[in-house]
Amino acid sequence: MTLHVETPAPARPGPRRPSGHRGSGGRGGGLARFDLRATPYFLVSPYFLLFAVFGVFPLGYTLWVSLHDWELAGDKTFIGIDNYVSLITDEAFWNAVINTLGMFVMSTVPQLVLALILANALNKRIRGRLFFRLGVLLPLITSVVAVAVVFTQLYGRDYGMINWFLGLFGVDAINWQNEKWSSWIAISTMIDWRWTGYNAIILLAAMQTIPKDLYEAAAIDGATARRQFWQITIPMLRPTIIFTVFISTIGGLTLFTEPVMFDGNPTMAGGATGQYQTVAMFIVKEAFRDFDFGYAAAAAWLLFALILIGTLINYSFTRRIGGSK
Amino acid sequence: MTAIQTRRRPAQPEARNRIWDAGPLTKVVLALALVLSAFPIYYMFIMATRTNEEAIDVPPPMLPGGHLGENVERLLATEDAYFLTGLVNSAIVSVVVTLSVVLISTLAGFAFAKLRFRGSKILLGLILVTMMVPLQQMGVVPLYELMVTLGWTGQLKAVILPFLVNGFGVFMMTQYATQAVPDELVEAARVDGASTMRIYANVILPALRPGMAVLALLVFMQTWNEFMWPLIVLNPDNPVVQTSIAALNQAHGTDYVMLFTGTAASVLPLFIVFVAFGRQIVGGLMEGAVKA
Repeated sequence: MTLHVETPAPARPGPRRPSGHRGSGGRGGGLARFDLRATPYFLVSPYFLLFAVFGVFPLGYTLWVSLHDWELAGDKTFIGIDNYVSLITDEAFWNAVINTLGMFVMSTVPQLVLALILANALNKRIRGRLFFRLGVLLPLITSVVAVAVVFTQLYGRDYGMINWFLGLFGVDAINWQNEKWSSWIAISTMIDWRWTGYNAIILLAAMQTIPKDLYEAAAIDGATARRQFWQITIPMLRPTIIFTVFISTIGGLTLFTEPVMFDGNPTMAGGATGQYQTVAMFIVKEAFRDFDFGYAAAAAWLLFALILIGTLINYSFTRRIGGSK
Repeated sequence: MTAIQTRRRPAQPEARNRIWDAGPLTKVVLALALVLSAFPIYYMFIMATRTNEEAIDVPPPMLPGGHLGENVERLLATEDAYFLTGLVNSAIVSVVVTLSVVLISTLAGFAFAKLRFRGSKILLGLILVTMMVPLQQMGVVPLYELMVTLGWTGQLKAVILPFLVNGFGVFMMTQYATQAVPDELVEAARVDGASTMRIYANVILPALRPGMAVLALLVFMQTWNEFMWPLIVLNPDNPVVQTSIAALNQAHGTDYVMLFTGTAASVLPLFIVFVAFGRQIVGGLMEGAVKA
C-alpha cells in the first residue's frame, strides 16, 4: 500500500506574486492573491468541519465520559480509571473480546486464501470475464442484514438447508446458535460469503499489474505453476494483501450486524450465554440496554486499542509473507 | 514500452501463451464460486414467492412459486414493521448522503490534488489516519448524547449527518483528480483569469465525472446498508429499511416467506444499480485498488 500522498510536482513556483503586476488575467490583483491563498482552505473546510463535529468531538468526549460514572440525564461522577479497571476484570467483556477475535480469525484466514485462489482463477483467459467478475461481486451488494437473514434461515435447526444437506451424510441436526464453535462457524461464513469476492477483485487488480514476462521467463526456466504462484505472485501481491488484511481487521473487530441478526432479538446478548456476543454488541448493550454510558465509553476505547494492536500484528506478520525469497 | 509491444505482437507462440488459458481446474473453481455467490440470493427470491408450508419442505423448493403477491400484501399490512416508511427513509438518507459526500469529496480532492497550500500534506495524512478509526463504534455514546441535546433523536438528520464524514471519499477523489486532470489544464485556466471556484466547476468537475459515479455508487450502497447507528438513534415507528427488517425478524420471524419478501425488496434497489452500473463498479474497484 504505497499511498501517493504527494502533491503535484511544483510546476508552478510557490504562491505566485501576481499582485504587483497586471498579469493575472485582468482580475484585481489582491483578489486573485486572496483566491490563491484562501480558496484551498475553503475547499477542504466542509470535510474538516464535519469531521470535527462528528469525528474528533466524539472521540475526545468518549474519553471524557469513560472516566465518569455517567448516566444519560443522570449522575455524572468523576471516577478516574475505575471503568477501565472493572472492564479488565469483567468476564463478560473478555468473553466478547475472545468471541470477536475468534470470529475474526475464523473468517479472515479462509477468506483471504479463497480470495487468492479465486483471483488467480479470474486472472486466466476465459470467455465472459466480466460476467464472472460481476458474479463474484454479487454478494457485496447484498446488504448485511439480508445476508444474515438468509444464512440464519439456512442454518436453522429444524428446516435449515445446511442441516438437511449434512443429514444426507448422516450428520445429526445441529443447533447452530447453541454452541460457541457452531455459532462462530455460521457467522464467519456470512462474513466470508459477502467479502471473498470483493477481496478477489482487489487482488485480481494487483495481479494484473505483475509483468507477464516474469512468468514467461520462469516457465522457460522450468518453474511449475505452483512454484510461480508462490515465488512470483505472492511476493508481488504483498502490498495488496496487507491492504486487504488491514480492511478485514477493522471490519472483523467491529463485527456487529451479523451476530445481532443471528440472534433474532436485538438484545445484544449474543446468545443465551453470550457465545457470540462481540465487543461492538457489548458496547451497545452497556450503553443502551443498561444505560451505563461511562462503562460503554471505556469499552469503546479498549476496542480501539484492540484494533490498533490487531493492525500492527497483522502488518508485521503479513509483511513477512514471501519476504524471504 | 512500445518497443516491447511491437516486438511481442508478431511472435505469439502458442506455448508461451497457454499458461494464461483457463484449465479445467480454473473452470471448476469459477463455476463453483459463481454458484455459491448466487445461490443465497436466488434462494431469497424463491422463498419470497412461496408459502410457509412450502418453505419447510424437504428437500427445500428450488423453483419460484406463485405466492409473491400475497407475501407482499402481508408485508405491507404488517403495521409494526413500517416497511414502506423504512424503504422511503433509506432512499432519502442514501441519496442525501451520497450527494453530499460526492460534493465534499470533489471539493477537497481538487484542493489536495491540484492546489498548493500550507499544511495540505498534514491534512491529507490526517484523513488517512482517521480512516482507521471505527467512528461508528467509538462514537456511539457522544453522538447519541449530541442528538438528544439537539432533540434530533428519531429524525432522519440524526442518521444523515454522521455519515457525511467519509475520509475514503476524499482520498479517492484526491487520487482520481491527481491522475485525471493534467496540471497544464489548471494552469491554462488560471492564466486565462479563471478563479479557483471557476476552475473547479469548468475544468475539474467534468474530468472527475467517471470517478464521481463510482464513488456515488459505493457510498450509496454503504449508506443503504447502515444498521447499527440507525438502530440506536431512530424509533421503531420511523425506521430505515435495515432496522425495519430487524423488527420483522424479531416480531414475525416465524413467517419466513414474509421476512424473505422484505429482505428481497430491501436488496432490489441495489440490484438494479448493480445491473445498470456493474461494469463501472468493477472497473472503479479495480482501479482504486491499484492506485491505493
